[in-house]
Amino acid sequence: MMEKRSLFKEFTKGIVKENPVLCLVLGTCPTLAVTTSATNAIGMGVAATLVLVCSNAVISALRKVIPDKVRIPAYITIIAGFVTIVQMLVKAFAPAINDSLGIYLPLIVVNCIILGRAEMYAGKNPVLPSILDGLGMGVGFTAALLCMGIIRELLGSGSIFGFQLMPVQILIFILPPGGFFVFGILIMLANKLNTRAGRKVKTTPCDGCPMAASCSQKAEKCGEKEATENVD
Amino acid sequence: MLIKSLIAVFLAAILTENYVLCKFLGICPFLGVSKKLNTAFGMSVAVTFVMVLATAVTFPIYTYILVPAGIEYLQTVLFILIIAGLVQLVEIILKKYIPSLYQSLGIYLPLITTNCAVLGVTMLVLQKVDGTTLYNYTYLHALVNAFGAGIGFMVAMVMFAGVRGRLESADIPKSLKGLPITLVSAALVSLSFLGFAGVVDKLIPLS
Repeated sequence: MMEKRSLFKEFTKGIVKENPVLCLVLGTCPTLAVTTSATNAIGMGVAATLVLVCSNAVISALRKVIPDKVRIPAYITIIAGFVTIVQMLVKAFAPAINDSLGIYLPLIVVNCIILGRAEMYAGKNPVLPSILDGLGMGVGFTAALLCMGIIRELLGSGSIFGFQLMPVQILIFILPPGGFFVFGILIMLANKLNTRAGRKVKTTPCDGCPMAASCSQKAEKCGEKEATENVD
Repeated sequence: MLIKSLIAVFLAAILTENYVLCKFLGICPFLGVSKKLNTAFGMSVAVTFVMVLATAVTFPIYTYILVPAGIEYLQTVLFILIIAGLVQLVEIILKKYIPSLYQSLGIYLPLITTNCAVLGVTMLVLQKVDGTTLYNYTYLHALVNAFGAGIGFMVAMVMFAGVRGRLESADIPKSLKGLPITLVSAALVSLSFLGFAGVVDKLIPLS
């Protein structure tokens, strides 16, 4: 019973409490780029979820075989393999989505959510929790993308999933600046809710980045700087 | 004509098709490393270098090995491995032979392996090659495009570092502090780049 509950927790934590986009601020590139419509957002979310679940499962199964020194290249290769499979599936069964996602579909391979979960979770935990973790994170990612996609499509083209709802269109929302703006406002809301719930709020995209270890210590010291800022 | 088209490609990569502000590639370093001007500059130099190098290697491999063999689908796997290997190689060479440069650039190199802008640059030029889009980039065009993309990244980073410097002293509502205000100001910077739309096509018409 206890075990079941904790497994369920592995699944749900990615959806709200540790939402990869709004709380961990990972995978910002696809979040901004493909959310010009709700349909695109769902396509991207499902594709990334598929890769995330499969790569988490394989990486966690191989975690005792992969030497620690070459783990990042090994993870990237595994992820790239699944991205290629997903790319082929999308091309075969949803060519319209393949066209609208374009370059961002193969770029799932460098999405930091996937490498981040591999590094932080799947590389250390057994297969079943890793799959659930990947599924939860994927659902959280999709939900955040969908949320942004709906806002941007509604304001920018006056429709949701292609159904015309509003006579007025504010074109700027489906252009690049609108993406940054809507994302900023959503993060603000997430931060507000998190502070109210008494949770720690993330201030840089660096904190959850899988490469942060090599970066924040030497180059930017962004964690340190932000921490002092939070104090005052 | 060749020079004209090269200039057009170069300017387009910087202004109208800026990889950060218009294509949303490389957002993580754009938001994470743009706090100080010198780190922003160092990161952009490293990115430009790796972009050109990666394009120089992946373009011939794609055109002369993958396409004739009919295994274009291996592109994603192969490219990410090539980039990872290249970055590692550059790091080792710099460390051994030019330690002074390694001191200033080497710290950014591990970050670049998983930078989507680098992978994006190498892939976007090829998408243009396989006939699905308008341009037909030659090897030279691809290299110029990669260099332009790097310079465009630098322009965006340096500009944004300046904007963020001003934000430090601004009085911002508490809930907007940190990342939200950074994103909102990124929206304004990106808005300014929107003004360049059509400039390159009008200046240097390619027929």
